Amino acid sequence: MPDHHAATVEFDHVTKVYDPAALAKGVPGAVNDLCLSVPAGRICVLVGPSGCGKTTSLKMVNRLIEPSGGRILLDGVDAATRDVTELRRGIGYVIQQVGLFPHLTIEENVATVPRLLGWPTGRRHERAAELLSLVGLEPATYARRYPVQLSGGERQRVGVARALAADPPIMLMDEPFGAVDPIVRARLQDEFLRLQEDLAKTILFVTHDVDEAIKMGDLVAVMESGGRLAQFGPPAEILAHPASDFVARFVGADRGLKRLSLSRVGDVPLRNPVSARPGDDASAARGRMRADPFPFLLLVDAEDRPIGWLDQDEIPMSGQLEAASAIAMSPLLDRRTTLKDALSMLLDADVQAGIVVDRHGAVRGLLTVDDIAERMRAGPEPASEATAR
Amino acid sequence: MNWGWIPANLPALIEATIDHIVLTAIAVGVGFAISLALAILIHRDRRAFGPVSAFTGLLYTIPSLALFAFLVPITGLSLLTAEIGLISYTLLILVRNIVAGFDSVPAEVSETAAGMGYTWAERLWRVELPIAMPLIVAGLRIATITTIGLVMVTALIGEGGLGQVMLRGFNFRNWVAVYTGAALTLALAIAADVALVAIGRLATPWATRRAS
Repeated sequence: MPDHHAATVEFDHVTKVYDPAALAKGVPGAVNDLCLSVPAGRICVLVGPSGCGKTTSLKMVNRLIEPSGGRILLDGVDAATRDVTELRRGIGYVIQQVGLFPHLTIEENVATVPRLLGWPTGRRHERAAELLSLVGLEPATYARRYPVQLSGGERQRVGVARALAADPPIMLMDEPFGAVDPIVRARLQDEFLRLQEDLAKTILFVTHDVDEAIKMGDLVAVMESGGRLAQFGPPAEILAHPASDFVARFVGADRGLKRLSLSRVGDVPLRNPVSARPGDDASAARGRMRADPFPFLLLVDAEDRPIGWLDQDEIPMSGQLEAASAIAMSPLLDRRTTLKDALSMLLDADVQAGIVVDRHGAVRGLLTVDDIAERMRAGPEPASEATAR
Repeated sequence: MNWGWIPANLPALIEATIDHIVLTAIAVGVGFAISLALAILIHRDRRAFGPVSAFTGLLYTIPSLALFAFLVPITGLSLLTAEIGLISYTLLILVRNIVAGFDSVPAEVSETAAGMGYTWAERLWRVELPIAMPLIVAGLRIATITTIGLVMVTALIGEGGLGQVMLRGFNFRNWVAVYTGAALTLALAIAADVALVAIGRLATPWATRRAS
């Protein structure tokens, strides 16, 4: 492997036919003339209904399945020309059932490929500890345990750590978070995306879950039965402009809503609420309110942290503003919250606007339901969103 | 009952016990080597299962005395004759258990091992055999106990270890010798079983640990 952390992966007219006789009778093959090009360092999600050939496509990259036709180029080199053992040791592989070795400790599991590559014991030990920490498992606690002693979520993390052990430029992940409950899955997805910001591996990721595809993918390849590529592009583009009825049906009728999960609160221009501090002069505040269409005054403390709202009609004609008269708070939104989650929080709280705060809790702006709806109607921004990660 | 017979014949009893252990060890050792080779053959190509199973099954059904009677004209009253018989009887049990052990390896474990770049041989020795170990040890326990019993029968062709002690006891109506031979054989079988269980535990620490 060349000495860098990512490689391009290119499917060049790749076909897989298990039964040539059936093909002659018109039964489609497993993968049909697949052409895809994944830039180095990106996550490409293969998504589609079962039997669409997504797993077969993945397994042709590390040659667990050999293509019937076409080529798979890794950094421009045809995988078929490489020594299969050496090829596989340079590609991380994670599957849904994880497949940890039950007879090896967690540390030995993680250090599997380094051992095959003949790393000395000390270096393997260090690398295993480093990776366990990376995936959020304390090495002192976990290194000497056996897989049977771990929860499902912990095993999935070990599976990811094991695949990363020899720092492969390419990772193949086949429903890697499919066997855990939705809450753990969401956390593993978030953690993995955070890891990927630093690792920048080239990742092929298989799932049947459209939401996971949209969340994880820089690029999404929608496949349909018979192993045909229905559409390939950034998630925002697929949601905004499905290439066919199949894609539109597959991504779902709520694709407008799904697009909201691609943008974060920080991506939207925020409104600046009229704000004041308790003790400020009430009539001056009233004056400032008249210039703003939003009918509430935001009270903040000395550190700009929100206290509550004052209805403009409730502001006294004179005297000072009082914290006690402020009414219930809107939901507090983080700049990293997705618009989908933000909308859901606003609707749950039955309010029109949420206050966006920074890490210290200080007010950064205001986001309204209308702002979000506007965003949903607006055209896609494929370029910026595809490169957002 | 002349219990004084035991101390008077102690050296002969020790020798017979050692003979018994050696006959058993050779039979189980060679039987295991042959069975492992056959099981790996089946693991590589499932079509071998039918013929191997039929052949070892056939060997197992031949009554032991009949087998020895058939072999004596060819290989004589010898250790070889005794071992051919004893080894034959271990094959069925061992092959079946080793194959069951390989089959107990979860498919996803074999798949990730292949996907991470284990060669076929590395996968066999470092992944599949260790995971198959509990079932292999279970097979070895049955084969060993069966063989310890069968070794007695080889007394009829001049071997037999403790079987010889018992046979001579019967011939001379020396019941102390008969009981002593039987008791030592039983002790041997129990000791071998306990030892194999202990070895199995040591070899598979992962199988006995559970979530803490």
